[in-house]
Amino acid sequence: MVEKSLDLIDEKLDFDAIISTTRERALKRAAEIDNKAKNGEKIGKLAGVPFIAKDNFLTFGGRTTAASNMLKEFETPYQATAINKLEAEGAICVAKANLDAWAHGSSTENSDFFVTKNPHDKTRVPGGSSGGSAAAVALQMAPFALGTDTGGSVRNPASYCGVVGLKPTYGAVSRSGVIAAASSFDQVGPITKTVEDARILFDAIRGNDSLDATTFFDTQNIPRIAKEPLRIGVLRSLVMKDGIDADMRTSFDATLEKLKDAGHTLVDIDIPLASPALAAYYIINFAEVSANLARYDGMRYGHAASAGGGSASGGRGNTLLDDYINARTEGFGAETRRRILLGTFVLSSGYIDAYYRKADAARAALRREFEKSFESVDVIATPTMPTPAFTIGEKSNPLAMYLEDIFTITANLTGMPALSVPMGSVLRGGKKLPIGIHFTAPHQAENVLFALGAEVY
Amino acid sequence: MSRLSRDAVLKLAKLSRLKLTEEEIEKFRHELSEILAYVEMLDKVDTKGLEPTYQVTGLKNVMRADKEIDYQAKPKDLLKNAPAVEKNQFKVKRVLQ
Repeated sequence: MVEKSLDLIDEKLDFDAIISTTRERALKRAAEIDNKAKNGEKIGKLAGVPFIAKDNFLTFGGRTTAASNMLKEFETPYQATAINKLEAEGAICVAKANLDAWAHGSSTENSDFFVTKNPHDKTRVPGGSSGGSAAAVALQMAPFALGTDTGGSVRNPASYCGVVGLKPTYGAVSRSGVIAAASSFDQVGPITKTVEDARILFDAIRGNDSLDATTFFDTQNIPRIAKEPLRIGVLRSLVMKDGIDADMRTSFDATLEKLKDAGHTLVDIDIPLASPALAAYYIINFAEVSANLARYDGMRYGHAASAGGGSASGGRGNTLLDDYINARTEGFGAETRRRILLGTFVLSSGYIDAYYRKADAARAALRREFEKSFESVDVIATPTMPTPAFTIGEKSNPLAMYLEDIFTITANLTGMPALSVPMGSVLRGGKKLPIGIHFTAPHQAENVLFALGAEVY
Repeated sequence: MSRLSRDAVLKLAKLSRLKLTEEEIEKFRHELSEILAYVEMLDKVDTKGLEPTYQVTGLKNVMRADKEIDYQAKPKDLLKNAPAVEKNQFKVKRVLQ
């Protein structure tokens, strides 16, 4: 299986989904597991199953880059907890997938290396920021991939590539060894072919971890819930907003009708703050990004100011401060710099109350609205994205790109779990483009998502 | 919305330890102003009496046993990514000119 996976990766290089393979280590681990099996030793639930990790997971057997020039050469001294848990079950990481550098983006166009192409139409983006991971699963390179979701980065590419993507409850899966984007939003999630696979992988990676103090104690298996009628809240006002694709709405309504026919109840609900939430999300994202990236100083690891005066920024300077500035200026791409500058602004004295603290208060207000809605419904439905995959280069304005995240960011602001599953496709330029439906559930109610998701796909 | 001045962008760059070219200063001045104008819609959200949410789990004072965790990483593994190392330590430039 591992060799077949590596062969497929080589065959489909032209999609630019993969940054590097961990071939040598993967083959060695496969041989070890084969031996164990022969000797009748315990080999784990995922023994020999190959998988692909987004390149912001620290993994042995090669480099971990976050698709950034800053970490182009970085080799980790330790592995991410999620990777260790999968390895303990016998799964084998075969490759590292492309992403928007540092997970800053919604299309994988912001990778410092190359742009990943959508498996269904090479002129279009795969979504992001886990675009390489979702494309790799859609291209059958491996049965599953790991992504990270800060504002939709698992669910958005799952929708654009026609696969399943889960963002678990914040705190369900350890973030240790995941290169941080926005720490209060980041959550590890599986990208799979089926809802059942998402459930199995979620079970394999979740759990308390002493290396991440935000993980909650949760050692019991989540029970499968029996097939029962659910109350599905439909965020109608948000779905009817300008800029939401008409075909997307039609497909969304048809999927809801099917669920209604299956015995579920549809309830129109309104969460007035779901729209301004996007502003709160980006303020907090910028703030946390700028704080998290302050550690890159070119001294301990990461890109160092280049020796000699060859580079645009003048190379290695005379003082420590010169070296900081040059290392960071050379190592960070345009979108990352934009977010660092904005984060520095919203956290600077004189503005912190009006921007950052206001956004965090709005976050509390949003969560209250969601919790109130969950008094009368079990799950909330929207499309995953406003449109099918857009063409590469189409959204050159950063603000237009941010608006893509309108349906996905509320789950990160509230910490609630959410799932994107394929709900069919729309025709664009003669190509069938997949689209996804998005369900949000209350904290730790992933089982509701799996039950409903499996009915749709 | 006050549009960001050139000086404001330069100040942010200085605080962020980034160097910008003339072209970038203009570009970021425009883009940052547009993004900040957009997020100002939050002014209309009523947050009276609400505490800012900095985390969503409700966990408090999470402690772990005061025991070392064995990452199995050796000093040489931790130093191998550094640009300059001397006597098992990171080597950096002088701080004062």
